[in-house]
Amino acid sequence: MTLNIVKPGLATSIQDLGRPGYFHLGIPEGGAMDRLALRAANMLVGNPEGAACLEAVFMGPEITFTAEASVAITGGEMPILLDGVTKESWTSFTVKPGQTLSFGFLKSGARIYIAVSGGIATEPALGSRSTYPIGALGGFHGRNIAAGDELPVGTAPLVEEGRSTPAELRRGPGSPTELRVLTGLYWYRLTEASGQNFFNDTWTVAPEADRMGYRFRGGQPMEFVEREQPFGAGADPSNIVDGCYSYGSIQVPGGSEPIVLHRDAVSGGGYFTLGAVISADMDLIGQLQPNTQVKFIKVEMEEALQARAERKAVLEMMRKYIG
Amino acid sequence: MVQIQSPLPGTFYHKPSPEEAAFKAKGDAVAVGDVIGLIEVMKTFIEIKAEAAGTFAAYTVDNEAPVTAGAVLAELDD
Repeated sequence: MTLNIVKPGLATSIQDLGRPGYFHLGIPEGGAMDRLALRAANMLVGNPEGAACLEAVFMGPEITFTAEASVAITGGEMPILLDGVTKESWTSFTVKPGQTLSFGFLKSGARIYIAVSGGIATEPALGSRSTYPIGALGGFHGRNIAAGDELPVGTAPLVEEGRSTPAELRRGPGSPTELRVLTGLYWYRLTEASGQNFFNDTWTVAPEADRMGYRFRGGQPMEFVEREQPFGAGADPSNIVDGCYSYGSIQVPGGSEPIVLHRDAVSGGGYFTLGAVISADMDLIGQLQPNTQVKFIKVEMEEALQARAERKAVLEMMRKYIG
Repeated sequence: MVQIQSPLPGTFYHKPSPEEAAFKAKGDAVAVGDVIGLIEVMKTFIEIKAEAAGTFAAYTVDNEAPVTAGAVLAELDD
């Protein structure tokens, strides 16, 4: 069967859990911005957790189905319409051949995940179907989906309708959303007062935020400890001799607007990184809309690992519940 | 009265560029498909088009204002 794209939405892409192992070559891991939501959507329709889904950001696509399939939509809150009839999110339902799936206005969160039984069956690239558009890798011909595309879907048995993820296991952004941060190798570059400001200020998601990085503004400009810039570093105090960037690392070009590198990020460069958002909170970033508020919270490694264990426990509960 | 809503969150612009006039002014005729403004998000400008015809009444949010999905951007008189 195929999913026939009537309207693509804004930047709807095929995503799975990504392609780890190539970041040292400059190819990002990619994959869903909200990994737990993608896993949950797949569980609900009986797919392997890492099957390829559609990730739609800020606005939903319009899709006509050519065959019967089980569907589940997780992530942000966006009204789901099947031939104009409202369907529940985080819950499996059956779509019949010829029916059209569409969406209302986004209510909360930023990204939805559309899982279809059998999974989207495009050709994997470097072990993943995730779309990396600027590298023209994976996805549907290496790009986001467009009107008229016919996306291949694997075959799988239907699941019963009404399989649902318990509400307490779903996670959405708060107001302000708190993102926990471990300070990093270059933290010493900031003055003490400036470092405190970073954690005390309230930051706002900039409209430029995307899969490569989430940019924030509204906090005070950063002040750097004075030094003579080393050979190979640029003249701006936010520059370093080129280094590696980690997933989640926070760079601040020019000391003004922090950018949290996300799934399609560049793997290295010449900006200092003051630390990294902990892995447990990266899914939350994927659900942030522009102009929403964020506070960065300083944590230590112990708390970061504890938070990671808690997220893992939530995933285990989902598996147990949905089976 | 017809309302034109934003399909997505972002920054709303009345004008095609800072130096130009707004897409529409009070009393202008609006045809289906006419661009009435732009939403900027993820380094992309998305054209907001009228889905009904009418006479332009007013923008209901300021130029360069942040908007959420579903926000009413402008109103038309039938």
